[in-house]
Amino acid sequence: MAVVFEKTKMLTDVPFHYCPGCTHGIAHRLVAECIEEMGLQDKAIGVAPVGCAVFAYNYFNCDMMEAAHGRAPAVATGAKRVHKDKLVFTYQGDGDLASIGAAEIVHAAGRGEKISTIFINNAIYGMTGGQMAPTTLVGQVTTTSPYGRQKEHCGSPLRMSEMLATIDGAYYIERVSLHDVPHIIQAKKAIKKAFTYQMEGKGFSMVEILSTCPTNWGMTPTGAIEWLKENMIPYYPLGVKKEGE
Amino acid sequence: MLHQMISAGFGGQGVLLLGQLLAYSGMNEGKNVSWLPSYGPEMRGGTANCTVIISDEEIGSPVVVDADCVVAMNRPSLDKYENNVAPGGKLFINSSLIDQKAKRTDIEVYYIPCNEIADQLGNSRVANIVMLGAYLKKTGVVKPETLIKCLEEKLGKKKAHLIPMNEEALKKGAECVD
Amino acid sequence: MAKKLMKGSEAIAEAAIQAGCRYFFGYPITPQNEVPEYMSRRMPQVDGCFLQAESEVAAINMVYGAAGAGARVMTSSSSPGISLKQEGISYIACAELPCVVVNIVRTGPGLGGIQPSQGDYFQATKGGGHGDYHLVVLAPSSIQEAADMVMEAFDIADMYRNPVMILGDGMIGQMMEPVEFHQPPKREIPEKTWAATGWDGTRERAIINSLYIEPEVMQVVSDRLQKRYELIKQNETRVEEYKMEDAEYCIAAYGTTARVAKSAVNKAREMGIKAGIIRPKTVWPFPSEAFCKAADQVKGFLTVEMSAGQMVEDVRLAVNGKKPVEFYGVMGGFLPTPNAILEKLIQLKEGK
Repeated sequence: MAVVFEKTKMLTDVPFHYCPGCTHGIAHRLVAECIEEMGLQDKAIGVAPVGCAVFAYNYFNCDMMEAAHGRAPAVATGAKRVHKDKLVFTYQGDGDLASIGAAEIVHAAGRGEKISTIFINNAIYGMTGGQMAPTTLVGQVTTTSPYGRQKEHCGSPLRMSEMLATIDGAYYIERVSLHDVPHIIQAKKAIKKAFTYQMEGKGFSMVEILSTCPTNWGMTPTGAIEWLKENMIPYYPLGVKKEGE
Repeated sequence: MLHQMISAGFGGQGVLLLGQLLAYSGMNEGKNVSWLPSYGPEMRGGTANCTVIISDEEIGSPVVVDADCVVAMNRPSLDKYENNVAPGGKLFINSSLIDQKAKRTDIEVYYIPCNEIADQLGNSRVANIVMLGAYLKKTGVVKPETLIKCLEEKLGKKKAHLIPMNEEALKKGAECVD
Repeated sequence: MAKKLMKGSEAIAEAAIQAGCRYFFGYPITPQNEVPEYMSRRMPQVDGCFLQAESEVAAINMVYGAAGAGARVMTSSSSPGISLKQEGISYIACAELPCVVVNIVRTGPGLGGIQPSQGDYFQATKGGGHGDYHLVVLAPSSIQEAADMVMEAFDIADMYRNPVMILGDGMIGQMMEPVEFHQPPKREIPEKTWAATGWDGTRERAIINSLYIEPEVMQVVSDRLQKRYELIKQNETRVEEYKMEDAEYCIAAYGTTARVAKSAVNKAREMGIKAGIIRPKTVWPFPSEAFCKAADQVKGFLTVEMSAGQMVEDVRLAVNGKKPVEFYGVMGGFLPTPNAILEKLIQLKEGK
């Protein structure tokens, strides 16, 4: 029988621990497929965050480091400075990257650090049980914004891609979404581009991926996809925020 | 042999360098040496100081309380360190900038017009070397030749042309206390 | 190599280079700025990498990344900055990564002051960050020793896959003394087969990690670390004894304070008081045995520190009540004077 589809070798056989309907699994697969398709299996060093993707080192079939909360870009900096010819990427959520690790991501971009960041934005803290993130939308109910996020009280959500795109050292920044197949295909293209630019030594690259969290949003998987489309994309417009110097 | 000294003055008068040259020379003559600068709060008012110890033995405390010698390049330094000279010790005063006499009578005091001599030599910046000339003459703690060699190393080839003037400054300083 | 007159901070930096360290991540703080400044000049000359991080927090995590990638790496800071690094140090300890961390201790708590202190002893020797771990902590008392210890620190770190701290005070950072760089005695250092360098399938996949969510696994890791600490205690405990052969009174002091104590001991001996010094060169592992032994010989101990009394607790544990252990401390950034220590010795002798 002819093989028509095979799981990428860049993922291990360890079953994902992610909740049903969570888009982390898709994002993992896209990253893994890109590395394999680019022939970078033996060159990849990944840095996992603290958050739902904390166990990413069990899934990506390459050398991995597990960083402290928010510090993945600093850890990746250390690794990349030692192995300049390797593909060094971080995989971080929104609490990790946009809250506690805001300084590290800004300065990694500022230095034009030749690393790539996969930034999962699902507008909530997943692993700790659904608390408000810096990316939580105004009005969105979480376990620490039970009346809905109030702008007067805690401000508006941060648009990290737009912010980082203003930094000279950032070479490529794009926001993508995983809510349907055409967008998933676009997301993969963006990841590949980010890795390509890194290997060409161009500078810092980041792909922000709008993702769902049905469990903590309190929705069905399909309901979550609809919610992302209707609520997140208007606030977090998709597209390339920066490409080139 | 244990020689403990304090060198003090304005920032920019070369008091730290004066101490370093003594330490370098001591090291090159095979002695144990330490050089300790003041840093932080003690720098207020623009005064700088360092302590130097030159010894045959291993050096214990790098902090000098009872100094064998004190070099005071300006008035605040004299006020601050006159009492740190051990009885029978030596106090070297830059009389170009300090118009008062030492109060102590149990120590040897030398007055050297460092800035005037340096100006006569054509470079006010060698005032510290003039002082060193007097210092070496009276203490004999290291040989002037060793010190000139250290200075050559420190200045490097680019500034080698400054050596004769420094030699002259050492000589003039020594003559002052003859 | 001829002796050079060098500032402590610069000797520490050069020693790291001589030991093959090619990566340095730092952040400015007084009184250790000469370390990053020296590294910024020197690293490019040896094809190394100096990087000024955005914070101490980032710097220690860059160390984590570079150490995880298999490189010899160092960072330095002073007390408040070292507090910021504690999170990263704890992760590094658990991930079993070798690296060297220099602390040029200033006064605290809080921002404190920039003058010398030994107030970080607890932090350095009892953990500092969270969890059951130890750093190997070397406490130099001269510039030469600082250089020697830094060079050996990299070997110790590599050998045991454990972070090593150089605990110096502001005096060690700022003072100039003659220094020569010697390679430490050769050790059998295992190859870094665990490092993340890109995986070609010929070895196990490298996972640099400090997360062990299953209690059974965490227990195994904890046991492994504790066993290693025992091994370090056996092999790496260092102590210097000064005039202890016939001593009736023993001063316990480390770092710069021990030098001042030497001056005091010499003065005491001129007065007929038989005093000696036990100087821990490693403050972790602490040389308990030396104190335990001395307790059978001397009449009393005097611990001298630039702190409110931290190492004295370890001395008392080692002496275990056999003899009195008195304490003399100075704070605020001052050094004890030989005469003040001598006075305390006389008091100890007279049983006051």
